[in-house]
Amino acid sequence: MFAGFDAVVLARAQFAFTMSFHIIFPVFTIGLASYLAVLEALWLWTGRDVYINLFNYWLKIFAVVFGMGVVSGIVMSYQFGTNWSAFADKAGPVIGPLMAYEVLTAFFLEAGFLGVMLFGLKRVGPRLHFVATVMVAIGTLISAFWILSANSWMQTPAGYAVNADGQFVPADWFKVIFNPSFPYRLVHMVLAAYLTTALAVGAVGAFHLLRDRHLAGPRVMFSMAMWMATLVAPIQILAGDQHGLNTLEHQPTKIMAMEGHFESHPDGAPLILFGLPDMNAGKVKYAIEIPHMGSLILKHSLDAPLKGLDTVPRENWPPVPVTFWAFRIMVGLGFLMAALGLASLLARWLGKLYESRLLHVFALLMGPAGFIAVLAGWFTTETGRQPFTVYGLLRTADSASPLAAPAVGSSLIAFAIVYFTVFTVGVVYILRLMAQPPHPGEQGPEADVPARAAGITPAVEGVMR
Amino acid sequence: MMNIVDLAMIWAFIIAFAVFVYVVMDGFDLGVGLLFPLFPQKADRDTVMNSVAPVWDGNETWLVLGGGGLMAAFPLAYAVLMPAIYTPIIAMLIGLIFRGVAFEFRWRVHGERNFWDMAFAGGSWLAALAQGIALGAILQGVHVEGRQYAGGWWDWLTPFSILTGLALAVGYALLGATWLVLKTEDELRDKAYRLSWVLLFAMLGAIGAVSIATPFLHMQYAARWFTWPNIVLTAPVPIAVGCVAALLLRSLINRQDMPPFFLSLALFALSYAGLGISMYPYIVPQSITIWQAASPENSQLFMLVGVAILIPLILAYTGWAYWVFRGKVKAGMGYH
Repeated sequence: MFAGFDAVVLARAQFAFTMSFHIIFPVFTIGLASYLAVLEALWLWTGRDVYINLFNYWLKIFAVVFGMGVVSGIVMSYQFGTNWSAFADKAGPVIGPLMAYEVLTAFFLEAGFLGVMLFGLKRVGPRLHFVATVMVAIGTLISAFWILSANSWMQTPAGYAVNADGQFVPADWFKVIFNPSFPYRLVHMVLAAYLTTALAVGAVGAFHLLRDRHLAGPRVMFSMAMWMATLVAPIQILAGDQHGLNTLEHQPTKIMAMEGHFESHPDGAPLILFGLPDMNAGKVKYAIEIPHMGSLILKHSLDAPLKGLDTVPRENWPPVPVTFWAFRIMVGLGFLMAALGLASLLARWLGKLYESRLLHVFALLMGPAGFIAVLAGWFTTETGRQPFTVYGLLRTADSASPLAAPAVGSSLIAFAIVYFTVFTVGVVYILRLMAQPPHPGEQGPEADVPARAAGITPAVEGVMR
Repeated sequence: MMNIVDLAMIWAFIIAFAVFVYVVMDGFDLGVGLLFPLFPQKADRDTVMNSVAPVWDGNETWLVLGGGGLMAAFPLAYAVLMPAIYTPIIAMLIGLIFRGVAFEFRWRVHGERNFWDMAFAGGSWLAALAQGIALGAILQGVHVEGRQYAGGWWDWLTPFSILTGLALAVGYALLGATWLVLKTEDELRDKAYRLSWVLLFAMLGAIGAVSIATPFLHMQYAARWFTWPNIVLTAPVPIAVGCVAALLLRSLINRQDMPPFFLSLALFALSYAGLGISMYPYIVPQSITIWQAASPENSQLFMLVGVAILIPLILAYTGWAYWVFRGKVKAGMGYH
């Protein structure tokens, strides 16, 4: 059945598939956890019911998303061994400790306080419960810190030596963790998580405002989400630009693929807007380009020379069409997000934030945009660094396990079936929860109410009042 | 040199500790899943589910620490073992997906019959059996050449690994049953008591069977257990198993809710110590020792600092979370 396939290609397909599904959930939980912490803080501060209603409403969605993130994440942590054992052996001494720190500082923190956050409000009282919510939110951010450090080290390795067994070994942990691309990637990714969540929350708010513009909950969530989009989308574009300049410095081949620059341009490179990159022909067909714009963006000078893929040996070329198109999808969506932010600012200024149906439809349509942009961004950066796992040092083909194609192919099919059924159902459940507006007196996911039986409820309610 | 040796041993202990904590903590919530089909009433199922819902996620995090820690501290062992037990690992992951999402998904479906209840039970069975089979496959030894696994794709499947698969499932079920004795009341607790009885004897049978079969796998295992002077150190293990089993039996007879769960944990600890005695100093039995697989001192030291500070902290706030949800889970209380 897998006779014609290469085990490494199947292993890559499996990683891309399981990673793409997984990334959706942590992105949403990073954003939602912080949003929930803000909502609970506002509730404690103002005492307004609308905030606790929104908190409980999003908490139920958070619980489903978090569960899917956990189970799809465990798959990732074992995949390094199952499909990429040569990588695990060679890079384990550097990458492994970063992941171990992620588990120790982030996963346990999230998991330890999640139970209290979901089910414990009546048991521990509002203040301690707020601490639990904040701990979960901090946990998600610490998790992003370590995993992006590990990923960035694979993109821009630093602070290592190579031992007699051919393993990468740490020489300077500070340089390993804060490797050259890490700060840029961390900022870009955390902003992406916040922006993605803002768009999702905004779309849910818009959906309910389109049905009834007087609902208190949707008005509050829509307004908060649009502030977020207005402020964060432009910052994200700036951060993305800086990240791109960093990539040009450390991974110029990736930039060549992103820009479709097959040829070198000694007198200033054009910006190719669209076209069909053809790797065999070594050029972008039907290219629509703006002369000198490429050099202006990347070098901040119209005539600055830029090298092309013709200066790179062909066996080191990444798959150009995927990198090229994924990048355009991400950037295009980014500018649409900024447009939505501006439109909402205008509507707010005109006092039409809750009335403009056009704005609400726009926001509704942009609901999934963040997730798509995140996926496109990851495809850009991960395809663009091929054919290496540790950039320039360890080739992807030399990283795989000694597996035959049928073994990898079978597990790929198993994961495909399970992921499509389980996570499709999960998304349907989430959409069903979102289709309901938040109600006054919205209940959280209470596991049980034994506080009542234990007789401490009056005291707790006293605190809540 | 001596320094490195000590570090590798400390890390072997840390990984062993993480795996043990995983086994007993996820063990009881997997065990609850194994027993799920025996509770046909929706109200009972809700109670059973609520008894583990606030803590299962933290329990499972120890599995990630075990895997991630192994890769970090003993990358060679991780790289050799994962391909060797490829199929059981994939099966375990898929089982954990189904049971993990069931915690939330089952509340999104209304009615008596719920697909996600079946997914919870089925996923728990798949994960428990796969973990036991993986353990057996590692114990029986894997074929290594150079720095890679060099065996076949079905090497893991032997009568011995099936035995360890069933044994672990029985053990998990005992942990689950005694957990329910601890957390439930009335008829549900009565049923959990009856199950604990049956499962205790099944567990003792499983421990006996695995203990008898293991020395036949390799001469080293037999030599480790049955030669003088080792026997002075190894003999107390089976004797302690007998004592703990007797105490457990007594607490079941006297219907004390608290001790059976903790005595079941003690049974697991003793079995685990037995495993450790068989395996040491190998991390891939009979081919790679902990020192051969150890990552450089620089890696292990860097993590040791984190472990020394963070594990006590983790145990503290995990303990607090368990304390918050202490006591009996009430039947018929609303969840979602």
